Amino acid sequence: MSPDFLIALTMLTNFTLVATSRVNKAIQLAVFQGILMGLIPLAMGLGKHLHILLLALVAIALKGGFIPYLFRRALRQVKIRREVDPYVGYTVSLMLCAAGTGLSLVLAHALPLKAGTTPTFLVPAALATLFTGFLLLVSRRTALTQVVGYLVLENGIYLFGLLLVEEMPVLVETGILLDLFVGVFVMGIVINHIHMAFDSTDTGFLAELKD
Amino acid sequence: MAVLLILIPLLAAALAVFIKVPAIRVRVLPVTALLHLGLLLVVLRGWRDLPQGAWLGLDALGGWVLLVISVLFTICALYAPSYLALRPDRDHRVFTVCLLAFLGLASLLCLARHPGVAWVALETMTLTTAPLIYFNHNRHSVEATWKYLVLGSVGIALALLGTLFVAYAAHMGSLEEPLHYTRLMAEGERLSRPWLRAGFVLTLVGYGTKMGLAPLHSWKPDAYGETPGIVGALLAGGVTSCAFLALLRIYGVVSAAGEGAFARELFLGFGILSMAWALVFMVGQVDFKRLLAYSSVEHMGILVFGIGIGGLAARFALFHLAANALVKSVLFLSAGNIHRSYASKQLPQVTGAIRRTPVSAGLFFLGFLAITGLPPFAPFISEFNIASAALTLGHPILGTLFLLLLGGIFLTMSDTVMQVVFGVPSPQRVRTPYKDTFATTAPLVVAMVLALGLGLHLPAPLRAMLEAASLTIEGGPPARSGMVAEAPRDPAPTEVRP
Repeated sequence: MSPDFLIALTMLTNFTLVATSRVNKAIQLAVFQGILMGLIPLAMGLGKHLHILLLALVAIALKGGFIPYLFRRALRQVKIRREVDPYVGYTVSLMLCAAGTGLSLVLAHALPLKAGTTPTFLVPAALATLFTGFLLLVSRRTALTQVVGYLVLENGIYLFGLLLVEEMPVLVETGILLDLFVGVFVMGIVINHIHMAFDSTDTGFLAELKD
Repeated sequence: MAVLLILIPLLAAALAVFIKVPAIRVRVLPVTALLHLGLLLVVLRGWRDLPQGAWLGLDALGGWVLLVISVLFTICALYAPSYLALRPDRDHRVFTVCLLAFLGLASLLCLARHPGVAWVALETMTLTTAPLIYFNHNRHSVEATWKYLVLGSVGIALALLGTLFVAYAAHMGSLEEPLHYTRLMAEGERLSRPWLRAGFVLTLVGYGTKMGLAPLHSWKPDAYGETPGIVGALLAGGVTSCAFLALLRIYGVVSAAGEGAFARELFLGFGILSMAWALVFMVGQVDFKRLLAYSSVEHMGILVFGIGIGGLAARFALFHLAANALVKSVLFLSAGNIHRSYASKQLPQVTGAIRRTPVSAGLFFLGFLAITGLPPFAPFISEFNIASAALTLGHPILGTLFLLLLGGIFLTMSDTVMQVVFGVPSPQRVRTPYKDTFATTAPLVVAMVLALGLGLHLPAPLRAMLEAASLTIEGGPPARSGMVAEAPRDPAPTEVRP
């Protein structure tokens, strides 16, 4: 499979993610995108380095195995099926996502790439995915969908990291794995506490503190 | 030896996990803090001869920030046993462990000579401070913790992307690992400009979220409002200082590459915006802990404003880091005492605190005077010098605006503070057993005296360190940085070598 195909698939997943209202479908899409993240470096032919092969395998195991497990456990407890009444509607989200993707292409155009970089789509895809994650984080109410947003944001950074992973493996790999693993883990714990305190994980309830 | 600064607090944290007796566990805090401070004072003697390729080591800038954090932590650690004794119902183990881990990670950040290591330290610090915010285990604190985690994680993720952008800028200039700060600064010309600029914007937004610059500060009033005063003090003076340091390191690289003017404009914009935003939300603020949070937003604004003006103002911005941390510890800890005494942190319930808790309320009032810039306390020195540098270095409009905002903040803050301290006692007030004791007030007095002392006299070794630190952030050796002429009273201590 060519890396460009996988990158295009990642960007399509972005659009589907912002348009879906069902929480478990959003989780499935995030898992699918996570597995794509693991496949892209292999398709780019980076699998010849043992450490990148390991990174890809760990990414697939975490994003395709461990995180869905955490999500399924949380879903069983909180019994939420649908994102009700998001701050930004699905049609508007879709248009914003399209605008963000367009903007990413423009931005990436202004950033010169080192000669010989093969998948030139990597930078715009990274920025677009980052933007999608951000959009999900600010426009959704349930804590679970917000964590999905955080995962997608992380995927954006991961995609950019692939540009550097051959030259600066330590920086990229520790950064990405630490951020992902610990971030999601701690958020999972807090979601549990939100559930205990409010009997719901709608973060709309988390609005008692304001001026 | 310097590595011990990281290891001692982390080992103490591990030890605290296994100590079963609460009375002994809580004593680990002051012991570790004093040990850390003592060791730091020894290590700091060597800040001038930091080896080039070291991964960890204290230079003037990192040393200065760590000194501020270590002093702040010691004050809080001396206060902690008496505070925890007032809260026997809460989980002391997690609290103690997280506090100690915070100190270890702050040391790691200050010693880090590589942007990746600094990032890892700050990320881990975000996660270890989250349980501290959740100390009270109620609905409000879970809300504050969630906001802190989500916003903090997004900020830190953007900072990671910014760091990767800077690394790519180096990669474009055929500069490969290890990308230590010193190396990035020395080879500044080779960095790719578009990537460097984009990377700086991302790190500014990312670390700016952790600092709590407006408009990225929305976690701050909630987090500071819902945590114990002691955590508020550490967040306002410690975590924010750490994020500021991480940002300054990247700024140093940017200025060494000759893009300092671009970065300074952004700093000025964020600085003025933060001060103005804080002013607006301080008007009619009935919750005095949230008031302090907005004051923290304001002072983060002052810090980046000073860096944005540059030259003399940058040095006083670093001085302000210490002034702010010391006075904020007085304010947050005394506010915590008043909160304990009234079981409320809001205005109609809490008025006339000077009668019930005279020492805490008096310190709260003194802290308010100090933080708003009354001479001779330390914040006055920095605020005055930043303003005068702005007016003389070609920013007359911004300098005037800065002074106007300071004046406005003094007026709006005094409204709430005067009522809390001197107001007529409210009929709705609640009686609690809390009384000011030596243990809950003495650490605050020490902090206040230090803030006063720093305002009156800056010891020569500290002055030399500050000067070297301000040179570092403006891009390295003086020849390249375009520093303004020294004020004549300074006897050029940067030339002094042991």
